[in-house]
Amino acid sequence: MPDVRTPAPQVTPRPTGRVSVPAGIERVMEDRKANEYTPPEPAALTVRDLDFYYGSRRALAGIDLQFPEKMITALIGPSGCGKSTLLRCLNRMNDLIEGSRVDGEIEYHGLNLYDRGVDPVEVRRRIGMVFQKPNPFPKSIYDNVIFGARVNGFRGNADELVERSLRQAALWDEVKDDLKKSGLALSGGQQQRLCIARALAVEPEIILMDEPCSALDPIATLKIEELMRELAEHYTIIIVTHNMQQAARVSDYTAFLLAGEAGSGEVIEYGPTEEIFANPRDKRTEDYITGRFG
Amino acid sequence: MALSDVPVTPTASTGTGPSPEFMAAMRTHPTKRLRERLIIMALGLAAAVSLVTTAAIIVVLVGESIPFFQDVSIREFLFETEWQPLFEPVSFGVWELVAGTMNIVLWSMAIALPIGLASAIYLSEYAHGRTRRILKPLLEALAAVPTIVYAYFGLTFISLDILKPLLGDSISVFNALAASIVMAIMLIPTIASISEDAMAAVPRELREGAYGLGATRLEVATMVVLPAALSGVIASVLLAVARVVGETMIVAVIAGQTPNLTLSPLESIQTMTSYMFQVGLGDAARGGVEYRSLFAVGLMLFLMTLTFNVAAAWFVRRFREEYV
Repeated sequence: MPDVRTPAPQVTPRPTGRVSVPAGIERVMEDRKANEYTPPEPAALTVRDLDFYYGSRRALAGIDLQFPEKMITALIGPSGCGKSTLLRCLNRMNDLIEGSRVDGEIEYHGLNLYDRGVDPVEVRRRIGMVFQKPNPFPKSIYDNVIFGARVNGFRGNADELVERSLRQAALWDEVKDDLKKSGLALSGGQQQRLCIARALAVEPEIILMDEPCSALDPIATLKIEELMRELAEHYTIIIVTHNMQQAARVSDYTAFLLAGEAGSGEVIEYGPTEEIFANPRDKRTEDYITGRFG
Repeated sequence: MALSDVPVTPTASTGTGPSPEFMAAMRTHPTKRLRERLIIMALGLAAAVSLVTTAAIIVVLVGESIPFFQDVSIREFLFETEWQPLFEPVSFGVWELVAGTMNIVLWSMAIALPIGLASAIYLSEYAHGRTRRILKPLLEALAAVPTIVYAYFGLTFISLDILKPLLGDSISVFNALAASIVMAIMLIPTIASISEDAMAAVPRELREGAYGLGATRLEVATMVVLPAALSGVIASVLLAVARVVGETMIVAVIAGQTPNLTLSPLESIQTMTSYMFQVGLGDAARGGVEYRSLFAVGLMLFLMTLTFNVAAAWFVRRFREEYV
């Protein structure tokens, strides 16, 4: 498979006015910390002082992040920095892991998702998820799309919902003639779009994507990225990616995470994607995006 | 011609050629070859034992059934509804015995299947790791109790102490219900344990996909995990049915010895196996028609299990949701 990840990300030239300022001095001049950034309101999700533990191991420490509505936010960082763990905290997917624990809060429409009494099933319905490895059910394409709607008590026109979701996921034209075929009979890229269609059919507000293209070839990857841009008009998308070019191409905002000395993931830098890539303010961000480590 | 029979000679292109030591080392050693052959033969023989036994059983069953069917017509065997081999008028309508077996299959599976599946779902989808590690071996220990112990437990405790006081005269002392209950207790571990294995093998990604769409645990278990694990679940059910059909002690002790064309659990019945057991106790002279009926009933039993197997295989092919 040709690897689209290998070349260093294209760094757009810095604005001329700032080029003369040496990077080190610039950092000193900034009094705001690199990881303290508030994107424009309204926020879809606000993470406040979040710690996450697998048993006694703290995997995330003091995460503060605000995800803007109807934008694409990318979480980047080397393996083991906790970006996937953070993503899975956002829809309480980590609840399913035995021995895991969360401290802190995630605000969603003024409600803390981790409040006692909040139903994680309802959280996951509103905050959908697309996984790293395409995981369609071993059912027909039709049944895959309708599954989430069914379990959430959908009573409307199922055919219409299936068509609409598949269209939104840019898969309709390829599968409309064999909706009865198993979802597993599709190619990897089609399977991933089926998983996106399946998530859309539940009509979530936010879609979490955990390295959705890491198992796909470059052409399928481009298709998914195009699709993400279209979906961002209606949905808030938060994507974890290993692929910095992908983050640069699709996201509006980027958070860079890194595991600290104790092995707990922290947000090192957060800001508009252009700024992060063109003008990283933390040395570690710069090292990472220029490919010096990770 | 075996490779070692070919003399290994230096090829023209190698010039001087390899040393004789090298040539000797490369050659297949005759004793090594012989040992390999012996091992393969021994393994093949071991595999053949069960195959030969099965063939022998079929030969004996069919061979002894033929004289039986010369005395008793197949028409009588299959279309009469009275099984009365020991008293006049003698009659060999097998359906009373088949009904006895089906009676126990029906009621024991009606009890064991829902409870066994529920246990499997609990163990695989709900129980914490530690709970499962303690519960599963305990459950499996139930399967190790000898059936004769189950039989007398069923007769004295379930039939006499529970069902009789509860249902009074509407139930016989020897009845199919008590036998079915005990049978179910014996089968639950089998169904639960094998089904749980199959469900635990379903990839985590499938479950997460469903959870990510807002499915509850029960929905994930019944709509995703169970269909994906269907072949294992059916295998457990099949094994359970085979055990019910073949089980002798429990039905002989608890269900009675009364051939009875009924599926009612309250009556005293006789299954095919308990009839065979009764004949085997020595009531019938070797070579007599009752003695030979043993083999005809055995053949019938064999054909029934075969049908169950074929049906189950078809069912799995038809309904399984295969994950890669």
